[in-house]
Amino acid sequence: MPFNILVLSCLAYVAFLFLVAFLAERRAAMGRIGWLRSPMIYTLSLSIYCTAWTFYGAVGYAARSGLEFVTIYLGPTLVFVGWWLLLRKLVVIGRQQRVTSIADLISSRFGKSNLLGVVVTLLAVVAATPYIALQLQSVTLSFGVFASETPEGWALPDRDSTAIWVAGGLALFTILFGTRNLDAKEQHHGVVLAIAVEAVVKLVALLAVGIFVVWGLAGGPAELFERIDASAIADWDLQPGRWAGLIFVSGAAVICLPRMFQVMIVEDGEERHMARASWAFPLYLLLMSLFIIPIAVMGLERMPEGSNPDMFMLTLPLSEGQGTLAMLAFLGGFSSATSMVIVESIALATMVSNHVVMPIWLRLRPKAAMSGDVRRIVILSRRLAIVGVLTLGYMYYRLSGGSAALAAIGLIAFVGVAQVLPVLLGGLYWRGATRLGAVAGLVTGFAVWAYTLYLPSFGPGAALSVAVFEQGLGGIGWLRPQALFGVEGMDPLLHALFWSMVLNTVAFCLVSLFTFPGPVERMQGAAFVNVFDAEAAGPQGWARGRAEPEALLVMTQRILGKEAALAVFAAEARRQGKDGYLPDATPDFVAGLERRLAGSVGAATAHAMISQIVGRATVSVEDLMAVANETAQIMEYSAELESQREELTRTARQLREANEKLTQLSVQKDAFLSQISHELRTPMTSIRAFSEILTEGDLPPEMVANYGRIIHEEAIRLTRLLDDLLDLSVLENGSVQLNLGLANLQQLIDRALASASHTRPERIFVIHRDLPSENLFVRTDADRLVQVFINLISNARKYCDAAAPELKITVRQRAGRVSVDFVDNGSGIPKQSQGIIFEKFARLTDQTRAGGAGLGLAICREVMANLGGTIGYLPGQGGAAFRVTLPLRLEQQAA
Amino acid sequence: MKRPRAPLFLKRGSYRKRRLRDGARMLPILGAILMLLPILWTPGETAKADTATDGIYLFAVWIGLVLVAALLAPGLADDRPGDEGEER
Repeated sequence: MPFNILVLSCLAYVAFLFLVAFLAERRAAMGRIGWLRSPMIYTLSLSIYCTAWTFYGAVGYAARSGLEFVTIYLGPTLVFVGWWLLLRKLVVIGRQQRVTSIADLISSRFGKSNLLGVVVTLLAVVAATPYIALQLQSVTLSFGVFASETPEGWALPDRDSTAIWVAGGLALFTILFGTRNLDAKEQHHGVVLAIAVEAVVKLVALLAVGIFVVWGLAGGPAELFERIDASAIADWDLQPGRWAGLIFVSGAAVICLPRMFQVMIVEDGEERHMARASWAFPLYLLLMSLFIIPIAVMGLERMPEGSNPDMFMLTLPLSEGQGTLAMLAFLGGFSSATSMVIVESIALATMVSNHVVMPIWLRLRPKAAMSGDVRRIVILSRRLAIVGVLTLGYMYYRLSGGSAALAAIGLIAFVGVAQVLPVLLGGLYWRGATRLGAVAGLVTGFAVWAYTLYLPSFGPGAALSVAVFEQGLGGIGWLRPQALFGVEGMDPLLHALFWSMVLNTVAFCLVSLFTFPGPVERMQGAAFVNVFDAEAAGPQGWARGRAEPEALLVMTQRILGKEAALAVFAAEARRQGKDGYLPDATPDFVAGLERRLAGSVGAATAHAMISQIVGRATVSVEDLMAVANETAQIMEYSAELESQREELTRTARQLREANEKLTQLSVQKDAFLSQISHELRTPMTSIRAFSEILTEGDLPPEMVANYGRIIHEEAIRLTRLLDDLLDLSVLENGSVQLNLGLANLQQLIDRALASASHTRPERIFVIHRDLPSENLFVRTDADRLVQVFINLISNARKYCDAAAPELKITVRQRAGRVSVDFVDNGSGIPKQSQGIIFEKFARLTDQTRAGGAGLGLAICREVMANLGGTIGYLPGQGGAAFRVTLPLRLEQQAA
Repeated sequence: MKRPRAPLFLKRGSYRKRRLRDGARMLPILGAILMLLPILWTPGETAKADTATDGIYLFAVWIGLVLVAALLAPGLADDRPGDEGEER
């Protein structure tokens, strides 16, 4: 087959994939996600686990070691079949924390530590290089197979140049696919659909070759079994250590590989999908493995001695003259390689940009979170990272010579990424796992892996000198890279796996036991380990959010893009019931925003950026204490508010009462005005009338005397009224002159009773007194006090409506104050009137208009106020009852 | 603050669901044991040609695991709030 056609079909295939991806992206952009996110697409996208290693390498592996190749698929099968144990938790956490990569997950779990993010990123990038080299090698080899087919037509002059073309093409393709946009949740619908299509292509290709081999070449299953028994790999040489170790490491790798994590958790992690994949993905792996042994057996049987077993997938159909089948197999292998490289480099580029480039850039330009175009920087750094990752892969390919068996290269990568497993499991199930423990474990595992497996893989004398291989590092025997601690004779891969995992786990656990996690770390630990207990519990609140919403918007725009950011903010503003685009920066909103940004730039970076705007670099214990302090202050403040509210309620009640009183008084005032005019007019009218009669003369002398007496009486009445008014106004102004002196209370009451007996002298009052208690001296203005007593006793005489009226006078002394109660046995004063009896001109009835203009009690009140005491009505005493209270010793007022 | 007490006995539906989850947790352990079994009967160098038979055994275990997982999956994915509560 001409090379041009081969290249052309590759390009056409890539163009087709690109079209698929493009249509999917457009469909997703229009919001019609639908089947783009279905369990089937999810399962197919998981198939990037099967790379060129599976497609080409597995046959070679089977041809070399028999059934051992199957361990690479048994491990993932166990992990997926047991999804309820681990993967489910990973998926839920990934969704809740908006995890963007495995480095992000680890960093997020251990307090959004950027150091851990860098360590995991570094580990992943280094471990991925052999894996990417494997893909380049397989594609180059497969080109080589077709080249050697036509000896003179076109030969590949230089395999390295093929590899470089392949690497460049893949980088371009990945950049076009994976970094076109910066999505809020790092999802690439186009890429996922493209790799789903590739999954179908490689499965169909492998099955087609397998069916051709079993039924076309071997002549049916029964025949095949005989051929297997007769073949070179009939006796399977099972090494128990390798068998168990490889199942373990492949199970670990399927969780920890950056690209598996990308499709499994980041792209479309959902429990529903995971449930389907739990059996569908193992089934896919089974189908992929089903024909490996037959193809290997037939290849060993048919192909000439010394041909590369890794290429049996191509060489077998070609040698049988099945050009079309070979072409299909080639496309299958090409699919396997390209899909792996694309997703792996997208995942690695995300990690590099989020955990290495962005933090450095933010540190160099602290203001950049606000001013620079972060989107541009992120995308640029991802593109450069993709190129960098592929360059590293190419360099590994060149350095390792491109001749090793594919499976051997792949296993080096597997053991490398498996170093993340102890920290991952510890982080998910052990709250005591700390950041420093994780760093210690990862660094130890990484170092041991690099020293015992990765560096030796370049061959003796390349990365490590021959002397180191034979005598150990610095001549120390027990530090030989393939015989650590003097353990010799172990399979090198198993040796590296064993020591790296053991030392990794020990370092992780020990350091965790002896260190103390920071506050954020502890909160994140609880959020991860107890993810099912409280799904909504956020890692930490931005309780002290002093963020300017506008600053947040500006920053979000830089990362999510203008429209997306505005939409997010507008939605939040609507939710808060505000117009426009600027919601309040509530802690909830800021926390949600952080998670959203974390979906684009990683948890640590998002945290750092938000921190810069909110004005808080990290959360320290002091911060937490300040928050607690603030809470206490808020509680105090609210208690204060509460008391203020009560006071206000009280004041309002008082005001209401005052208002009622005022209204009542206003009514009374109107009534009084007419009354006072009446009061003044009645005597005036009599005086005028009688004085007119007197001026006319011609009156008998007794009449004159009588009229004169009437005029005199009326004038006295007028004078008394005016005196009262005058008295009251003097008392009210407080300008009264008090005549202080010692007086015996008993004598005062005697005087008052004697004076008051002139009022309605016809009524017989029974007076109840307790003379001994009255016998005390008070320092006060005796005349004024007697005036009050007279008033009260006269009132009782006037208004008590009992048939046998009684008056009880009680004196009590308590704490320097004396109270005198006057209680009669009448019907008392109705409740609605009790509030106004002390007001001026208040008169309850007109039935006994015995002098006075309703000023008596008002005067009493003013007198008592001047004497430093009070007078009040005592309700519920079985009649009208007044209590006069006055100080035992009245000092001269300062005023 | 005390957490609400978990019911001591469950209704039949939720009891079944919990046992289903237990089963899902046990499945990978069973699978691992079955897959490691060949270590016992295929020690290193044997004269017998065992690739074909062991291959059939492994694929049979594999298919078995897939089938059981497929049977369990719908019940596990259905995470509607079950009728938790005491048996009465």
